[in-house]
Amino acid sequence: MLEARQLECTRGERRLFSKLSFRIGSGQLLRVVGANGSGKTSLLRIMCGLVAPSAGELRWRGRSIRAEREEYSRNLVFIGHLNALKDDLTALENLQVAAALAGMSAEPASVMAGLARFGVAHCAELPAKVLSQGQRRRVALSRLALSPAVPLWILDEPFSALDVGAVIELERLLAAHLVSGGMVVLTTHQEVQVVAHAVLRVDLDAHTAALLAA
Amino acid sequence: MIRALAWVLRRDLLLAFRRRGDVVNALVFFVIVVSLFPLGVGPEASQLRNMAPGVLWVAALLACMLSLARLFAPDHQDGTLEQMLLAGEPLVILVAGKVISHWLMSGLPLVLMAPLLGLQFDLPGDALAVLCVSLLIGTPVLSLIGAVGAALTLGVRGSGVLVALLVLPLYVPVLIFGAGAVGATAAGTGAEAHLLLLGGFLALSVVLAPWACAAALRIAME
Repeated sequence: MLEARQLECTRGERRLFSKLSFRIGSGQLLRVVGANGSGKTSLLRIMCGLVAPSAGELRWRGRSIRAEREEYSRNLVFIGHLNALKDDLTALENLQVAAALAGMSAEPASVMAGLARFGVAHCAELPAKVLSQGQRRRVALSRLALSPAVPLWILDEPFSALDVGAVIELERLLAAHLVSGGMVVLTTHQEVQVVAHAVLRVDLDAHTAALLAA
Repeated sequence: MIRALAWVLRRDLLLAFRRRGDVVNALVFFVIVVSLFPLGVGPEASQLRNMAPGVLWVAALLACMLSLARLFAPDHQDGTLEQMLLAGEPLVILVAGKVISHWLMSGLPLVLMAPLLGLQFDLPGDALAVLCVSLLIGTPVLSLIGAVGAALTLGVRGSGVLVALLVLPLYVPVLIFGAGAVGATAAGTGAEAHLLLLGGFLALSVVLAPWACAAALRIAME
């Protein structure tokens, strides 16, 4: 469904990776691994369409993602390492805005259900600035619970700042998404316990090493 | 699309309401600058009447520019701008929502305050009315052009000075015809021509600025 062809990314003078090709289909999880600074976040941002690759292209259902930007955006949820919460809005308001901009129902009831899934329903009326780092991450991840029908989830370090309970909840959510035919792309330093038909791996360090050797 | 625009508008107005200080700052700046001039220049009524349009318009322009730094930078920092770029709605619509809320928070208060401040300069009634109309047409242009400048300098260090350098030359025609309209009324020649030109600037910037702004934001995120 999502196909990367010969991607290359340069940051300033440095080439992070090149000739990177892979393909993710329904029900598959792609885990991007690599050392710090190897270009994991850059790859994820390229996959969202936020950044253009310096060479190569990404195709979603056979069409270039930059040709049909809005159509592609409707098919993906991106949670970056920033939580995208406004400090002065409550958790509920933050999530309502996110849901409305994604074209989903912003009804308080449905949004509350998402917060409840990650155990932060009691924080719904609190401004985001008083929440702890872990709670903020939980609120951000609640967007996933609202988007089961969105096929592609792109998550940058989703497990950071989470406690054990939230990690288990997220793994469950990811597994359910994969079973229902979704796709997940994530970076993480932890081992994930997600049951999936296929876990693909892109190892940016090994990729670079192989290119150098060739 | 209208729903997304309404949500962005609602979000930004709510944020402005929670941080009232920022909105009040620009307004207080406007009031103070305008009020200092009669004190500094002296009580000569004809002199004050002559300089009133220019002083009021320059102060409004600077007050508007003061708030440009907050238009996109906070959203850029906390990642919400990134999410807007991935929203699945045309970015132009979301940008339009942000610009409208910027004008409601920084332009509209100036329009409402201006006639009161005009009294300090002994402006006659018809000139006060034209001042209001010229600001009503002119301040949205300031917000629209300013948004393009703010988007272009997003994430650049020292962006405050850079915005001023980028935006001020484009503000000059608005300033000339805005202040000119008030001056022409006071001189008795009628302000229609000036106001029509201001309206033309508004039409042009409504059509062009949101697209330019959206393109600039995409570049800034790369």
